[in-house]
Formats: sequence, C-alpha cells, structure tokens
Amino acid sequence: MSRVRWGWVAVVAVPTLFIGYFFIYPLLRILSLGLSELSVGSSGLEARLLRVGWFTLWQATVSTILTFLFAAPLTWAVSTYEFRGRRLALAMATVPFVLPTVVVGTAFVALGWSESIGAIFAAHVFFNVAVVVRTVSTLWSRIDPKLVEAARVLGASGGQVFRKVTLPLLRPALAAAASIVFLFTFTSFGVVLILGGFRYATLEVEIYRQAVTLFDLPLAASLAVIQLIGVTAALYWYSRYQERTAVSWTLDSGANRRRPKGPARAGVLVAVLGTLGLLAVPLGVLVSRSFSGDFYAALLSDDRVVGNPISAVGNSLAFALVAMVLATFVGVIAATVITARSGGLSRWFDLTLMLPLGTSAVTIGFGFIIALDWPVDLRGSAWLVPIAHALVAVPFVVRSTVPTLRSVSPETREAAAVLGASPFRVWRHVDLPIVSRAALVGAGFAFVISLGEFGATSFVARPSSATIPTMIFRLLSRPGATSFGMAMAMSVVLAALTAGVILAIDRARFGDLGSF
Amino acid sequence: MRHIRTLGALTVALTMFCTACGGEEPAEQTEAPETLKLLAHDSFAGGVDEATFAAFTEETGIAVEVLAGGDAGTLVNQAVLSKDNPIADVLFGIDDTFLSRALEEEVFRTHESKHIDTVPDDLHDPGNRVTPIDYGDVCFNYDKAWFEDSRMVVPGDLDDLVADRYAQLVTVEHPATSSPGLAFMLATIDLFGEDEWLDWWETMRDAGINVVPDWDTAYYADFTRYGGDSPIVMSYASSPPAEVFFAEEPPDEAPTGVIEAGCFRQVEYAGVLTGTSYPKSAGQLVDFMLSQDFQEGIPLTWFVFPANQDAALPPVFVDHTTIPANPTRMSAVVIAENRDRWIDEWISVMES
Repeated sequence: MSRVRWGWVAVVAVPTLFIGYFFIYPLLRILSLGLSELSVGSSGLEARLLRVGWFTLWQATVSTILTFLFAAPLTWAVSTYEFRGRRLALAMATVPFVLPTVVVGTAFVALGWSESIGAIFAAHVFFNVAVVVRTVSTLWSRIDPKLVEAARVLGASGGQVFRKVTLPLLRPALAAAASIVFLFTFTSFGVVLILGGFRYATLEVEIYRQAVTLFDLPLAASLAVIQLIGVTAALYWYSRYQERTAVSWTLDSGANRRRPKGPARAGVLVAVLGTLGLLAVPLGVLVSRSFSGDFYAALLSDDRVVGNPISAVGNSLAFALVAMVLATFVGVIAATVITARSGGLSRWFDLTLMLPLGTSAVTIGFGFIIALDWPVDLRGSAWLVPIAHALVAVPFVVRSTVPTLRSVSPETREAAAVLGASPFRVWRHVDLPIVSRAALVGAGFAFVISLGEFGATSFVARPSSATIPTMIFRLLSRPGATSFGMAMAMSVVLAALTAGVILAIDRARFGDLGSF
Repeated sequence: MRHIRTLGALTVALTMFCTACGGEEPAEQTEAPETLKLLAHDSFAGGVDEATFAAFTEETGIAVEVLAGGDAGTLVNQAVLSKDNPIADVLFGIDDTFLSRALEEEVFRTHESKHIDTVPDDLHDPGNRVTPIDYGDVCFNYDKAWFEDSRMVVPGDLDDLVADRYAQLVTVEHPATSSPGLAFMLATIDLFGEDEWLDWWETMRDAGINVVPDWDTAYYADFTRYGGDSPIVMSYASSPPAEVFFAEEPPDEAPTGVIEAGCFRQVEYAGVLTGTSYPKSAGQLVDFMLSQDFQEGIPLTWFVFPANQDAALPPVFVDHTTIPANPTRMSAVVIAENRDRWIDEWISVMES
C-alpha cells in the first residue's frame, strides 16, 4: 500500500513543482516587490482602471462568442464527416494561431481593417478559431453513434438530437475552448495596440505601459493583481461548470466520422471553403507580398544584420520540441491528478495550472528576472525559452485531456482494479489509450505555441541566437524593401511549418494504442 | 496558524539568503573571467555574429556572450530588477530617455573609457557612468515618388505640417509605447516650448494626424512606400541609406528623404553593471566597443552613427544620409523630471 502512495506523491509532485517554481514563486516575488512600494491615493486613477478593466472584460466576452460562431460550421464539418482534405483543412485553420501579431497587423491595415473595435474582434476571431475547432472536434468525433441513432429511432429530429444529445455531451469541450479563448483575448496586447488605434486599452496594455515605459512598478503590480482576480474568477466559474456538466459515457476509441451524403455534402463544402476562404484573406496578403521579389532566395543566405534564417528555423524547431515534450509530460500528469480526485483541492489545482494563460507576459517575464537565480541561475539560459513556452502550453494539454479523462466511467477503472491491476496498469491500459488522442491535440498546440513564441519570452534575457519569430521582428525593425519582403517570406515559412507539423501530428499512430 | 508560521519562517530564510548574496562589497577583480556577458536590446543582439567580438577574444582571451533583453525599456527594467545579482557584466543599448532611471538606481559603475576623447563632448555622460557608443537622429521621412506624383511641396518645418492637407498625410508613433514616438514628442517640446507644444499637437489632432503604437506599424503598414496612406512617417535619418542598402536593385538615389525639422538625437550608451565580479574586464569590453575597428562596423550593421569620430563612414551612408543641422538634444535629467507628466499631457490631448 505504501508503495502506491509514494508513487502518487511523485505523480502529484511533477506538476506542482513545475507550476510552483516557474510560475507561483516568480509571480509572488515580483508582485510583493511592486506592492510593497505602493502608495494608495491619486484620484482619477480608479476611474481609469475601472474603464480599462471593464473594456478588457467585455471585449474578451464578445470576442469569445464571435470566435465560437465563426468556428461552428468548420467544427461541425470536421467532427462529423470524413472527407478528402479534412486534415488539411484542420491544419490550415491552425496557421493563423501562430502568426506574429505585427505581421497580421500589417496585413489587416493593408486591407483597411484598422482603428476600430471591429478590427480587434476580427483579429481575435482570426487568431483563435483553431482553439475552438481543434478542442471541440476531438470530443465530438468520438461520441458514440449509438446514442445519436437511439435518439433518431425514438423520433427526434436532427435539430433535437443536436440540442438534446450532442450539445450536452460536448459541453466540457465547449467550456474548455471558451476558457482558453477568453483568457487569450482577456490578455490581448498586440492586437489591441496595433488595431485599436489607442481608444482601447486592455489591462495587459496598461501593465506594459506602466511597467516598461513609465517604470511605475507599484501601479503595474496592482493592475496585475486586478487581472489575476478577474482571470481567477472566470476560471473558478468555469471549473464549477465543468464539474457540474461532465457526463460519463463510453467514448469510442476510434473516430466516428462518416462520408457526407446528399445535402450534407453541400453543407460540408460551404462550411470548409467558406471558413478557410475568410481566413485566407489576410493570409493572401502575406503570401502575395512574400512573392513580390526574390525574398525566399534571400532567406537561404546569411544576413549580416539579422543572422542566418536557416539556423533560426533550426532553433525554433529545437525549442518547440523541448517545449512540447515538457508541456505534454507535465500536462498529462496534471490532468490525471485533476480527474483522479474531485472537490475543492483538485479544482484549485486545475485553476492554478490555467493561470499562466491569463497572466500578463510582463509580470511573468520580470518575475523570472528577480526569482530564477536560485538554486541555479537560469536567467539568460536557453532553457528558459522552452520553459516559458511550456508554461503557456500546459493548460492546452490539460484542457484537451481533462474532458476525455472525465468521460472515462469509473466502473471501467474499478473493474480493472478489482481484477488486480496496479494503479499504473489501470492508467496504462484504461486511461492512456483513451487520452492519448486528446494529449496529441494538446501536444500539437504546445509545439505551435512555441513556434509562435507565446508567453513571457520577449521580457526575459535570452541567448542572441534567433528563432523564426524573433527574426521576423528583427527584419521588420529595419527599413528597406528586402527587409519587409524577407519578413513576409519568413512568416509564410512559419505558416507552412505549422501546417506541416499539425498534419504530421494528426497522422501520428502510437504503437498498440491504435490509430486515431 | 501553522501555515502562517511556516510561511513566516520561509520568508525569513529567503530574506537571509538574499542578504547573503547581495550584500557583499564589490571587490577588485583578481583574475580574468572565461566569458563576459553583454546584455543588449534585441536589435543589437540580432546583428551579432561570431566575428563581432572575435578581435576582443583574441586580444584578451575572454569570450563574449550576448544576451538579448527585449526593447530598451525592458532592458533597463531587467538591469534594475537584477541589480543585486546581475544577469550580465555589461549593458548596452540604454538611451537618454531611460538613462536617469538606471542612474537613480545606481546600476552602473563609473568607467572612463580610454577612447572617450574620440567622442564629441556633447555626447558624453558627465559622470562617466555610461559610455556613448553610437547615435542616430529620429526624423520625419517622406516618400519621394508620392510627392513627385502629387506635385505637392515637401514641407520644410513643423509649422507647414499643421495645414490640413499635410497633417492627414503624417503618421507618428505613440510616445508611451515607442522610442521614436517619445523622441519626436520631446523635439516638439524643445521647438515650441512648454507653453505652446500642446497647441501644435491639438491642431495636428484636429487636422487628422495618424498615431500608431510602434515604428514597424508606422513604416510597414502606414507609409505610402509600403502600401499605406501616409507619405510622411516618423523614422530615422539613417532610413534612406537602409532603403538603398536593402533594396532588391540598389537605386542611384534613395527612394525616401529626410525632413530636417523636428529631429531628435538619440545617443546609445554602454555601461559596466554594478554587481559584476569582473569590473576591469567589463571595462575592457566597453573600451573595445568604442575602438575604431568595432565602430566602423556599426553603420551597416545597426544603421546608426559611430560615436568615435575617427571611425570612417561607409560610402552608402555618406551618399544617402542627411545629417540634420540642429537636432534636439535633451539631457537625461530634464527628460527624467518631466517625461511622465509630458506623456500624460500628450495623452490627454491626443486621446480625448
């Protein structure tokens, strides 16, 4: 018995230490430093904070709703039907997710979509469609078709089946996707700055302004606390909802997609081509600009000002691989811990793991600077880059695996245990086969999050060797037609690489765990 | 209760730990390190390759590891936050707009470079806490082709710009999020005086001046040369030679020009960080960065001017650069005292 307990302690320790040392500890250090110098007062500030806080909240809510509406047709098509180009469509929809904001910003401005709240919403939808499509379709495609058939036999119409059967079963995945999109748009920075035309500021923008340009660390810290409170409240609501609505039912280990017939064919065609067509408008601007000169050839040679583009691709892939392995390892263990116990502790654990997604990059980055010199000085080390990426990626792995794990009926596990299987064997033969497909989706996100350089990496000192996004930033910070063209070409390379990686991951088969 | 006591003990332990690591007096350096760390902003770090510090390593036996620390503001914050246990030995890339903050926090050690006499007096830091390495002028750039096609006259000074038909052709960066944006705001304060500068901005606002968050957006999204609507954008005096150097087919004449009015001179400094264990070697590295060889590589790598006046300029720079006659220079002290208030005043006019 005691052997089992120690094993469990070790399992719990992995995600706890990771989140504790790389997130909680730096966060507490930087916030306590900022708040210790805080002097309360200064009238007019409260009114401004209230305004910024309110805008942050409502734009994130509206952005999340719009993203769902936009993503719905494509999600439906790729979840319920098998058709040629399905995987490609999924990969294409993931591309916007990784593109640097400034690159998309120039495309939006070129299209005349700027300086309005509409442009902010359009960009938020553009970036986050992938989150909804990928998170929801994983679960949707594996709903037992017998449930749907049974409902049809009992006389339910197509619409009724969707409302009464499919939608309730999808709720955990819908809530998971909503929480991630909400956090991403709640902490939106570049989109709001570039496309909002200064009438709009989120808490994230305000924290950056106060901390980096005005050196008002105390005010920045109090803003960060407000941001954390908002994020925690949203996450708390979400996890309660998640627990209330999770239904156990037998998931099929394979996907239940069928070939579209009759009117469904037209529906799938319109859904896929319509969605991808709209996403392709800003992407088209990038591609056409990247081909307006010999810019791809220029990427093959060493550039004396920004370094070697090929080695930047290598660096990006190496960082992404480390971040993916780290995030998947920590994330799957964390999801196991979260679903093994129910109740308050597990809920708070889940919530804490999600927090990095909703914490400002400035706060985490500066926290690293003051906290991570002990016990070994990690500051300036190359390891900090994939670690910062993994911090943002772990929630994706957790969110894509928890709904699936929760849907494993306890009876299955108990049956295995009664038959004498150790907890590890139960996990290996019951949970793992079911969770691995979902974990793969999370791993894919982890990889592309790292490729796109999400998180605190722009605020931590790091080795000067470039990655694809840092090279794009460097090219865009010097004048000249080839600089701009090369930046566009590099963005297209990033897009192609993302699509390729997602295609490869979606095709992956894992030994005896079966194909998905 | 027990939790609180544990937390208290932990805090005490942490505090003791940190007093132990940060409280030592900086001792004089006895031996040379194998590697020195140089913390620099991203645009400098991007231009560094194996050859950049090869001569220094050959001369002293010390390797140089360059760390990229984000933009200039982030860089200074990192230096201040890690003062007790610095990330690096030398910092490069701080300018006058951020200098006072770093000097107040005493993040730099005094170092008088052996090459300091090659630098014009007005670029010096009087206390030698930082050493000037390069300078550049923030100036309006205009699209020559656009002005030829539209048969309009290129505006000569800032008063010309307030005319309705010009103001809406202009894009500038926001002073709170962009370093050229802040520089230009300071130039208008210098030119119009504290009493009248906001009037100029108010007129420009009503006439439709375009404000964007950063240089990338101004230049690559809003400049007519790259498909935008503004033929006049706030950029650098060294942007035209870069347009020639980074053209697909180098033209005889730069496609963009510089408006000499409203320019602001930015000086970038390097400094030895207070907490370094190797102050002497760190000083040698600063000296190396001001040496003629290193300085002559500056223009075509980072597109700014060398501070060392003995350094020769490359021909593409000489041919296509306009050096403004009277750029604004403002001391770090004046900037530090007024910056936040000025930005607030600017915001209250421009974002209302």
